[in-house]
Amino acid sequence: MGVIKAMTGNTAAYTGAALCRPDLIAAYPITPQSSVVEGLAGLVYNGKLDSNFVQVESEHSAMSVVQGAAAAGGRVFTATSAQGLALMYEPYFRMSTLRIPMVMAIATREMTSPETIWSGQQDAMSVRDAGWIQMFCESNQEILDMMMQAYMIAEDERVHIPVNVCYDGFYSSHLMEGLDVPTQEEVDEFLPKYDGYAYLDPGHPQALDPLTPGNLMMHYRKEHLDAMERALDVIEEVDAKFAAKFGRSYGGCLEEYRCEDAEVVLVTVGGMSGTGKDAVDAAREKGIKAGLIKLRFVRPFPAKRLAAALEGKKAFAVVDRSVCFGWNQGPMHMETKAAVADVDAKFCHFSAIGGLGGADLSYEHMVQCIDKLEAMKNEPGEKETFWLMAD
Amino acid sequence: MKEIRLHGRGGQGVVKASHIVVKSAVAGNSYGQFIPFFGVERKGSPVFGFLRLSGTPIRRKTQIYNPDILVIFDDSLVKLPATYAGLKDGGVVLINSTKTAEELGVPAQAGEVAIVDASGISEELFGRNMPNTSMLGALAKITDLVDKEILFNEIAAAFGEKNRVAAQTAYDRVVVEKK
Repeated sequence: MGVIKAMTGNTAAYTGAALCRPDLIAAYPITPQSSVVEGLAGLVYNGKLDSNFVQVESEHSAMSVVQGAAAAGGRVFTATSAQGLALMYEPYFRMSTLRIPMVMAIATREMTSPETIWSGQQDAMSVRDAGWIQMFCESNQEILDMMMQAYMIAEDERVHIPVNVCYDGFYSSHLMEGLDVPTQEEVDEFLPKYDGYAYLDPGHPQALDPLTPGNLMMHYRKEHLDAMERALDVIEEVDAKFAAKFGRSYGGCLEEYRCEDAEVVLVTVGGMSGTGKDAVDAAREKGIKAGLIKLRFVRPFPAKRLAAALEGKKAFAVVDRSVCFGWNQGPMHMETKAAVADVDAKFCHFSAIGGLGGADLSYEHMVQCIDKLEAMKNEPGEKETFWLMAD
Repeated sequence: MKEIRLHGRGGQGVVKASHIVVKSAVAGNSYGQFIPFFGVERKGSPVFGFLRLSGTPIRRKTQIYNPDILVIFDDSLVKLPATYAGLKDGGVVLINSTKTAEELGVPAQAGEVAIVDASGISEELFGRNMPNTSMLGALAKITDLVDKEILFNEIAAAFGEKNRVAAQTAYDRVVVEKK
């Protein structure tokens, strides 16, 4: 049995990562992620975690160092946010396309400019086509739990793709709440020791990743996309295994909340989901048949499950904490539309954008989205993007 | 669920005090949540935070616009419009001050005003203005949201026994004016 402890999202992230016994951690501090790697550095320094901690001079180096260690067969971890992720982009893309498993936490943050250090999901969303698996957490318990699940998914031989565990900067990273921290023994029983294939071995020197001609590249990409497809099933399997061990299930790729008989549905990503559930409960009390779909994994995109969850509903709004430049809407609204056939004929739907640059994505915003859906639910088609402004 | 908004200045320990409250709630098998609002991180600049306490899980992760309770660590902050904004009808206001409720311009909808010289207690005990643990002691007196014994133990565990004394002193000295 674990213990119930109050901790911030960043503490949950590093506690979860440490329980997975990483062989090597390399990181560079950046707000709002910094306390994740500071915490891990403290555990290593105090002898509570047997791992190699490498202090590097930039995020580009952090990803490069963990890449080398992972290629030598190690289980590795790092964390970043926003501009740090941007600086890391070159080895970040290489990490996924080398098909070497690892886990990286992203305490999501708005991208500059205007200059900002505050919350938003633009950083992670902007790299959703860089070949990583990406999932977003709602609660601090989920952050801790997903560290274990993420390693299991990434290391599954049907997958071999690195995983980003994302959670809202400040609104989760600095939020303190209680959660159940499992014991090391329990985690060891759930997550086996990693027996990674050592591509880099001083005993058998070889080059890794030589210049590759297009005809071979085509096979690599196809296999990567096929593995993403297989990951959809692995995610569900790992959720079930986790539930059997720890008694907590998150629904795999997505969670449906009060959706059975719902007419109007909010689709949410990350910490806003809890606020949305409160709004759904209030709407139900007013007689509105509201529900919520929490999109947990955005890569691979659970298109079939999402389409099935929306089947028969009248209206949906997708709330994004980021924008899709050039489409005048949020990225997850765009992708939800792509997942549903004949979307404009079947549904009233719109994109809602809020919570950028640390702005609050409030309970009132969620209520407004539901009320708007309820008022327009019998008029199919795409409606104007709804900007959730504070003033 | 009770929603508490805390106002203070950078360096007064608003975040650490709130963490102690959440830890106390969790240790008492209840639910607590705290979200700090980070502005420009500079000593002396106005800071605030959002604290929720509930008997059931807390799901929303938002700022607090209509607090049940306002905890104000520095009475010069009452001049800022954001400080008293949105207080619920019948809400509670706890202020670290030597002034009266009238001098502090406490809004009419407040149902209860509690004033304690937390800075004075801190100066007496520590020789400097660290009012946060005294404010927690006063909060324990005026509300029954957290168990006093658990809270005081958490204070002592985090900051040492002398801070338990600070909390107890404020608990004894806080003056409550019902409206």
